[in-house]
Amino acid sequence: MSGAFTKSMARNIFYGGTVFFFLLFLALSFDTHSQLPKRDMRANITPQIAEGKKLWEENNCIGCHTLMGEGAYFAPELGNVVVRYGEEGTKAFIQSRPKEGIPGRRSMPQFNFTDEQLNAIVAFLKHVNSINDANWPPNIQG
Amino acid sequence: MQFKSQAVAKPYFIAAIGLFVGQILFGLIIGLQYVIGDFLFPAIPFNVARMVHTNLLIVWLLFGFMGGAYYMIPEEAETELFSPKLALAMFWIFLVAGAATIVGYLAVPYATLAKLTGNGILETMGREFLEQPLPTKLGIVVVALAFLFNITLTVLKGKKTSISMVLLVGLWGLAVFFLFSFYNPVNVVVDKFFWWWTVHLWVEGVWELILGAFLAFVLIKTTGVDREVIEKWLYVIVTLTLITGIIGTGHHYYWIGTPEYWQWWGSIFSALEPIPFFAMTVFAFNMVNRRRREHPNKAAVLWALGTGVMAFLGAGVWGFLHTLAPVNYYTHGTQITAAHGHMAFYGAYAMVVLMMISYAMPILRGRAANSGKAQVLEMWSFWLMTTAIVFITLFLTAAGILQVWLQRASDTPLPFMAAQEKIALFYWMREWTGVVFLIGLIIYIASFFVGGKEEKAA
Repeated sequence: MSGAFTKSMARNIFYGGTVFFFLLFLALSFDTHSQLPKRDMRANITPQIAEGKKLWEENNCIGCHTLMGEGAYFAPELGNVVVRYGEEGTKAFIQSRPKEGIPGRRSMPQFNFTDEQLNAIVAFLKHVNSINDANWPPNIQG
Repeated sequence: MQFKSQAVAKPYFIAAIGLFVGQILFGLIIGLQYVIGDFLFPAIPFNVARMVHTNLLIVWLLFGFMGGAYYMIPEEAETELFSPKLALAMFWIFLVAGAATIVGYLAVPYATLAKLTGNGILETMGREFLEQPLPTKLGIVVVALAFLFNITLTVLKGKKTSISMVLLVGLWGLAVFFLFSFYNPVNVVVDKFFWWWTVHLWVEGVWELILGAFLAFVLIKTTGVDREVIEKWLYVIVTLTLITGIIGTGHHYYWIGTPEYWQWWGSIFSALEPIPFFAMTVFAFNMVNRRRREHPNKAAVLWALGTGVMAFLGAGVWGFLHTLAPVNYYTHGTQITAAHGHMAFYGAYAMVVLMMISYAMPILRGRAANSGKAQVLEMWSFWLMTTAIVFITLFLTAAGILQVWLQRASDTPLPFMAAQEKIALFYWMREWTGVVFLIGLIIYIASFFVGGKEEKAA
């Protein structure tokens, strides 16, 4: 890299290229947001689902699980857990975790959720499951 | 050192190394929890230990970036730092805030921490890597702004080199994109969409500018190659980084509710992301081969070459491995991702910070380079840690391929935990390799305390 290609040309390509591709990214993002209402089911978001998301966050569920494939890889995917376990099954599972864990095995902590909180969490997970995420995960096991 | 104020870098580097040790210890804890599920349960559940592992990584790298910038900028700008006092004050604020956050994670359940720290006022917690309580997030903003103010004013009053400009763009980008961590809408798709504006645009965007600037700086110093040549390379590399990496964000938008066209944009652009890393490797080797002087600090040159190669392998090759949408459909959220994450972070960011420390620390301690004995030890630690991360990555990749096969690709897919048990052997091998990494790290620290005949300061 010598001769005709100078440092100031390289610098101009850097700034110009960055601005161009950032603007392209913004345009794509803008278009995405105009399409999202059809895919993210925002019309269905209730205060209960919002409460469920808050509980999801305040108990750091993402620290072990994935949600639509994002998170930690220590525990199962939960984007489709309401299909895998059913709503009642999901609640029963969360409720039945032993406080001191299971000898030698991974176990979810016992969070002592109230029934209302459990309903909110499941409502949130059910909402996530309804999002059009291009048919992911590949099968029910997540 | 050329400027007295460069000395503020020293505490930053020491803190970075200390937190690095903490990161590795918690890595060993969570690695063990993968195979002995009830290890430390319920005192330190996996999610808490993992959060400590990842947050310590981010914080020690930020300490390293700041220390590196405080060391480099006065030398590039050929003037004293605008305010060394501010830099020292920010050091203590950042260290105390960081330590308090980690103590908070470990001392109380996360939900309690959220209540105590006002997550109800503005809900920002509980999202991967951005788990910090609101006061910590605000603290990061304050420290980052004070740091940028300090660095920017130093550049403005001094010489404005291309390396400084690239570093400034990287650091300002870091601060600006962190602001998206405060945006957490109730709509989970929009939440995830902008979460990546912090996470992806950091590690596959502006952080690479910081990496490039540091690498260019150390190469100029150690090889004596003409600045014009090196800076031209730097511009080409960071151009390639951003024109591939910005739209490359799309590889995170395949399966989170965003439109399907991202599968094309994301696949094509992120498939090009290895190119800037490859250029970085070629750059490092080329400059070292064309060196005009034999710098006495051979360890620093080794880290410089190492970061090029390992960033290309970890971020470039292992990223490409699972970035194409049809492949990612099966690998998304598996141990393949973990494999990539480990080698990419080590190769690109841990190693570049260790390179800066390796180059700057001897000078900060009043010599051009450490004694031969100390350097040999440091190079041993280089090879132990680097080899360990390569094998950790290979074992996690093997685990990931099996996981994909057992849980997703087979005709009779196994439940998550059933698949995990079948691949436990690889988790054991990863854990033992992690112990080797820790030994490497201990040797690294020991190398600071080895005497011998040191190269005099220039």
